[in-house]
Order: sequence, then structure tokens, then C-alpha cells
Amino acid sequence: MTVAVVVFPGSNCEHDVVHALRLLGGEAELAWHRDTDLSGADAVVLPGGFAHGDALRTGAIARFSPVMESVRTMAEAGAPVLGICNGFQILCEAGLLPGALIANRDLAFICRMVDVEVTDMDTVLTAAATVGQRLRIPLNSYEGNWVDPDGGSRVVVQYVDDPNGSQGRAAAVANTTGNVVGIMPHPERATEDLLGSVDGRVLLEGFLASASRSIHV
Amino acid sequence: MNVTVTIRRRAVIADPHGATVARALADLGHSGVRSLRIDRTIHLDVDGDDPDTVREQVAAMCEQLLANPVLEDYEITVHS
Repeated sequence: MTVAVVVFPGSNCEHDVVHALRLLGGEAELAWHRDTDLSGADAVVLPGGFAHGDALRTGAIARFSPVMESVRTMAEAGAPVLGICNGFQILCEAGLLPGALIANRDLAFICRMVDVEVTDMDTVLTAAATVGQRLRIPLNSYEGNWVDPDGGSRVVVQYVDDPNGSQGRAAAVANTTGNVVGIMPHPERATEDLLGSVDGRVLLEGFLASASRSIHV
Repeated sequence: MNVTVTIRRRAVIADPHGATVARALADLGHSGVRSLRIDRTIHLDVDGDDPDTVREQVAAMCEQLLANPVLEDYEITVHS
């Protein structure tokens, strides 16, 4: 079981994600955004950062990176696909997740621990958690305000408070089949006591378990 | 040909930048501002001399990259 962690020009959380996944017993390797073949991987993570400097809109240019065709193929085949922070924005721009992310309601760059609650455990990210489980995970974003004009999408993790105006207090959103998930806070930064919280573990453990059940595509 | 594209966020979608500027205007004593929205304007210089063809090209650019169909509408002006 291997998780590909995609590096775009401007990504900056890829090593954190690889470190956290390995810490939890997973196999994780970096992939470059120009790679066209992720068929050796069972799952893929798009990490946080500022791909292409957030030019035009967050994720607007990254969605056209060559690797995204392979990401789309995996998503459509049911493989686990996770976008964290900027990765969430890229998955929305690519149309693999519903809605879009705009500037935080109060235009603050929010960089602090937030409390979130799992509301749906039928996804590759929340599979090891329970509904109602509260987690403390760091949020680190300016454009974390999720909007979904059509409504009816799956919010799978909610903020307990409302830090940024996100519709439905959405901290994480899934596609209809639950194999593609975007989360705005960073579970990989809440995996060791030294970091002040280990609450991100249950999410990444669920993701790794989902990846180990995934077939090669 | 010179082309101007105005990217406009739909009215139902919040505009946190516009709302902040509106509050600043009110703080400065400019009362009576009922609404303030900030659009994005993109200026292009595109090869070609047929306005319809150029407009079609730029529309394709808007559909693919320049506008996000979830959030935004676009308006194209081709300058002669």
C-alpha cells in the first residue's frame, strides 16, 4: 500500500504529510506535479501550500497540472483521494469536489487550533472516527471559506465554532461516493504530542486503512 | 486586439473584500453605501482582427480558466 503525495510548485506541507503517514505505519512517496502515472499508488494526497502562488484563484492553475489526469482516474475508480488545505482548493477547482473556497469572512489569515466534529464516517478520511467525535486540529488558511451555491453536498467534518464563514460550518467535504475528501485544517500537524494534539491521527489512520483496501487502478 | 474581461462573482456568493471596504467607507463617514462588490478585470491583447473570432477565443479562456463557473460570471468587451 503506497500513498502518493503530490508536490506542486508552491506546495509546502508535503514533507509533513509524508512524515505523518509513515509515523502511522503507512508507505508514502512524493510525486511531482508533472508526473503522469500514479498507477503504483493506492491513494493520493494533495498537500497544503500555495500552488502557483494562488495566481488567479487558489488551485485554478494546479488543476491543469499533468498529474491531475491520473488523480481524476483514481478518483473515478474509487481510490482514496485526500486534499488538505490548498489540496482541498485544487480538488474543488478540478470539479472532483463540490463548491469552491473563497476568502475568510473577516479576511483574517487564521492560524490556530480549532475544534471540529465528525458528522459522517462513511468516507475514506473519517472511516476510523465516530459521528460526534470532537477533534482539535490546526487551521492555517486565508481562503478556507467553503461555498456551495447548489447546496446538498456532504459536509463530513464541521467546525464547532464558525471561524471563517464556511457554509454549513464545513471543515471537510466529500464527494457522493466518499472516496474524495477535502479538509481545510491540517490533520498531519496533529499527530505527535510535541505538536500539541494527536487528534489528526484518527483521520489519517482511517485514510491509510482505506488505502490498504483500495485496489490498484 | 485589445480585450477586457470582467469577472463578476454572483450576487448570492459573499464578497468578503467588498464587505470590508464597505465597512471602511462607513467608518470614514461615507454613509448611504447600500452595496459594494469588487470585480476582477483582466486585460488581454490577442492576435487576430476578427472581433467575433477573438471573442470566441476569449470565451473559451474564460470557460476553461479565467472564471470559476461555481462562483462567477464573465463579460467580454472586444475593443476595436
